[in-house]
Amino acid sequence: MMNLPTSEQAGVLVVSVNGRIDHAVSEEFTRALEPLLARCTQGQPALLLDFSGVVYISSAGLRVLMMASRQAKAQQGSFAIAALTPLVQEVFTISRFNLIVPCYTSVDAACKVLGR
Amino acid sequence: MKQVVFWGTRGALPTSLTSRDIHEKIVAALVVANGRSFRNRNALEEFVRGLPFAVNGTFGGNSSCVEIVTSGPEHIILDMGSGARPLGQAKIARFGVPNPQTYHIFISHLHWDHLMGFPFFAPMYIPGNRIVIHGCHPRLEEAVRRQMQAPCFPVDYSQAGAQIEFDLMTPDHPHYICGLNVIPTLQLHAGDSYGYRFESVDRTLVYSTDCEHKLEDIEAFERFARFFAGADLVIFDAMYSLAEAASVKSDWGHSSNVIGVELCQAAAARRLALFHHEPVNDDKQLARLLEETRRLEQITRGERPPLEVVSAYDGLILDL
Repeated sequence: MMNLPTSEQAGVLVVSVNGRIDHAVSEEFTRALEPLLARCTQGQPALLLDFSGVVYISSAGLRVLMMASRQAKAQQGSFAIAALTPLVQEVFTISRFNLIVPCYTSVDAACKVLGR
Repeated sequence: MKQVVFWGTRGALPTSLTSRDIHEKIVAALVVANGRSFRNRNALEEFVRGLPFAVNGTFGGNSSCVEIVTSGPEHIILDMGSGARPLGQAKIARFGVPNPQTYHIFISHLHWDHLMGFPFFAPMYIPGNRIVIHGCHPRLEEAVRRQMQAPCFPVDYSQAGAQIEFDLMTPDHPHYICGLNVIPTLQLHAGDSYGYRFESVDRTLVYSTDCEHKLEDIEAFERFARFFAGADLVIFDAMYSLAEAASVKSDWGHSSNVIGVELCQAAAARRLALFHHEPVNDDKQLARLLEETRRLEQITRGERPPLEVVSAYDGLILDL
């Protein structure tokens, strides 16, 4: 099971994601996110993925994020990603996933918007 | 297989430049020239050649039609989009009439943008020519005939002078045609489409257009990576961005530059040609897409050998 350490900052549930999010681990990533997403509902803390430790993401990994964002929206929760490394940021831009998954430059910047 | 010639590269429907597009290209060129003068025509030509492709050229134009040039006497054509019209004219100009030729045409699927050039393919009207239309759809002949019937077209299919034959192929089986092993495979597209893998003794080409790749279908990803394995050139449907293909245009039957790179990397293919361009995208957008795709390949390459990325345009000739 993929390890996703969590912490709380300004009322936001911050989840640290590390390594490569590729085809080989996308299902594991989905399963690891499931319990966190289940709690990402209206009135509950926003769910923020800290991507500062992610070195690569493939299309399969991007899909996991899109599905997570959709689920959170359907549950009226808040979901976002923050602190993308420059190369991962480029993948988001090239794939245009920066237009469909909320992204913030840093965890602090995200918490200012999403925190309570 | 020696070369590939792209006669039609636009997806969905033929798309011409507008007056506004031409105006912008001229303005962009004059801005770069910045008032300089040229001592002769050669100097001017050299300056024009040095301009970005989005300024001195255009991606075009016609809908899907690609030619494979071999050392054999027979002609191999992939799809009959509107690019089949200039292709047919070029063949007539080169071989003249009467000078019977044989054309092997492989049809990816029966949607109009892949068939609409056939009534304008001049060799079909010339007695003595032989045209073999290969495909996997049971209704292939019906679809070709139907578009040449009143009230859709003024010339009835029965007026064809060439001898026209239909060859119903079996997916995932090799077929030996014109000295090549040709393997069709089923692709995800409304009404089904088929990709083709062409293998000669020393070259492999894959033509895979109008195919959607669902991001959650890892098994299909691996199947296509095997289908593309070791290809010298993969001609790939890169109509949408990944985000579009996975969200608002999901189930529209097309793919993206990102999936093209990932599949070619997994397949250890040598070269990727972005194809079936979205009609909404102008030359500047398509040029940007190419640069982004090359950058994506660079930053995701890892230890693999480089994958060359090109963007197909009407008139592009690639040596294999």
